[in-house]
Amino acid sequence: MSVDALLAVLLIPALAAAALALVPGYRVSAALNVVASAATFVAAASLFFTRPAGGLYLRVDDLSVVFIVLSAFVGLTTSVFSASYIAHEVEIGRLTPARLRFYHAMYQALLFAMNLALVANNIGLMWVAIELATLTTVMMVAVYRTHEAIEAAWKYFILASVGIALALFGTILVYVAAQPVVGAGLPGMVWTRLIVAARRMDPALLNLAFVFLLLGYGTKVGLAPLHAWLPDAHAEGPTPISAVLSGLLLNVALYAVLRFKMLLAANPGAVAPGPLMITMGLVSLIFAAFMLYRRRDIKRLFAYSSIEHMGIIAFAFGMGGPLANFAGLLHMTMHSLTKSAIFFNVGHVAQVKGAQSIADIRGLTVTHPVLGWTLAASVMAIAGLPPFGIFTSEFLVVSSTFARQPLLAVPLVFGLIIAFGALLLRLQGLAFGEPSPGAARARASYLPMFGHLALVLTAGVFFPPLITQWFQHVARLLG
Amino acid sequence: MIDGLSFDIAHLLAGALVLISLLMLYQDRLTALINVFAAQAVTLALSVAWQACVQGAPHLYITAAITLALKAIVIPLALHRIIKILGIHRELDQAVGVGPTMLAGVALVALALVVMLGVTSSGGDRIAREDLAFALSVVLLGLLMMVTRRNAVGLVVGFMSLENGLVLAATGARGMPLVVEISVAFSVLIAFIVIGVFLFRIRERFETVDVAALDQFRGDRG
Repeated sequence: MSVDALLAVLLIPALAAAALALVPGYRVSAALNVVASAATFVAAASLFFTRPAGGLYLRVDDLSVVFIVLSAFVGLTTSVFSASYIAHEVEIGRLTPARLRFYHAMYQALLFAMNLALVANNIGLMWVAIELATLTTVMMVAVYRTHEAIEAAWKYFILASVGIALALFGTILVYVAAQPVVGAGLPGMVWTRLIVAARRMDPALLNLAFVFLLLGYGTKVGLAPLHAWLPDAHAEGPTPISAVLSGLLLNVALYAVLRFKMLLAANPGAVAPGPLMITMGLVSLIFAAFMLYRRRDIKRLFAYSSIEHMGIIAFAFGMGGPLANFAGLLHMTMHSLTKSAIFFNVGHVAQVKGAQSIADIRGLTVTHPVLGWTLAASVMAIAGLPPFGIFTSEFLVVSSTFARQPLLAVPLVFGLIIAFGALLLRLQGLAFGEPSPGAARARASYLPMFGHLALVLTAGVFFPPLITQWFQHVARLLG
Repeated sequence: MIDGLSFDIAHLLAGALVLISLLMLYQDRLTALINVFAAQAVTLALSVAWQACVQGAPHLYITAAITLALKAIVIPLALHRIIKILGIHRELDQAVGVGPTMLAGVALVALALVVMLGVTSSGGDRIAREDLAFALSVVLLGLLMMVTRRNAVGLVVGFMSLENGLVLAATGARGMPLVVEISVAFSVLIAFIVIGVFLFRIRERFETVDVAALDQFRGDRG
């Protein structure tokens, strides 16, 4: 019974992807997409209660279950949003039914790849899964077949390929370090064996491996200066994909980095991985904060905001320790929920206005009160205003930094304030003022958007003690 | 004695890969570049087959066969076809001069040797250790090639030679599991990249596959 939940998380999306490749009608496949995502979410949630026994390839532990459930939840809500979004895209002729078939199959294939990366107990398998996730997202970014979309996909493809190539070199180095200790063959790549034996591995090899892994998977996390693919891929792909990229795929890559960080931390002779992550995190945060001011495209604006937040998260995990890790986990969850809510909103906005340019979107609260006010609320949430959950997590990151490394808190707070200013400045034009033309009613499904915002708001006001305990437990595991 | 000989042959083949990578750096015509790449793929296939023999790991023969079929035959033929269709088979393709590129290449090889041999000096398998040093050189030279080529076909060849370095590293690490699976996954990736280049042109979205032309769309920098 319990093993089934682990397999279900993988098999449901895999089978759904195969089925969706065969279903011709887009209404049916959109519904099937939602059903499959919901089933995956149920299976993922059940992992909280029954923990299947792992093997040499697959395993679920307390860390990965947080990522899996978050991933399955955002996958579910995005599939609901996607159903209403693509109906409009088909009407205006941006997508043909044949491409939609492909799109839906790829959506489930992506969920499969991400779940596989999260439950993999094997560094080689994890690498293959992340590579598969890259391939599927590249094809989804290119789905509109416009010049810009193909260019964005190409840029993403090349940069991500180099990233995962470097990650593979790092993976091989980890195996070379593990092989004399754990023994040759399959055990040399199994997490559960590696983490136990990490103490006795050659620290110099591990250091070198971590540099490659951080650069490689860091490209996929979107950390500066390896972020160049991220804004283009977010802006030119379909909006549901922007939501999944920001809300999930970046997290999955981060999960890989965290796993290897734990490996290094378990070896007393290896260099501390924290400072590297702190530096990359701060650079991403401050760079993205300044870039926010110069954005003219609304999806690009929020893509840079994702880089900013991944920077904060990498910073928090780089600081380490129970409190900072807790803050990092919380921030990651809150960012995923808020950012995908924003992309749901932006998707509808871009459809009613027929444009993605910030200059063409004005006065939303006048023409579309629901969309406008929700956008205002979610931008305030992502900027870190109370009472939303991101305020709590950013406060925790800042306060834990002040307590331990006051000097590091200065650039952190600086970056947060710069980004805050940029977002509020942009929000003013988007939501208020003289409305721009384009008053078509949005036929949107507001449920995913409201659901996410409600969760973020609830987390900011009252965080369930059960989840707090869980996160604290995971934060201790992360070291 | 046998051990010494097997080590020498592995060493020779891995060294040849680095040499061919350096050769690729200064090819300014695409046709020649593709031919040299095919030669590197053949050498890699030999090297993998030798490792399969030395380590007694028959599954590595599969990797060798994939390398030979795909990277030494299918992809070079496809690339030749692409550049013929695009009419760029006579074009020069160098963003940076040969001199600086070669100097940078030599520096990278030296860096790779210093880093890898320094790190792994604390014992361990000699073949694995020196293979890793050579592999890192090939990886870094591949990266350099990707930086110095303006043309998308040159970029792809650079990436594939980078990947050759990874296969060398993976097969050199004694008993590494999943090598076949990983090399298959990577081959799929490469196939998609090649198909991507091909599709760009067939759909006539771009006038050239010059990467500089891709930059005409510069996000919202305007």
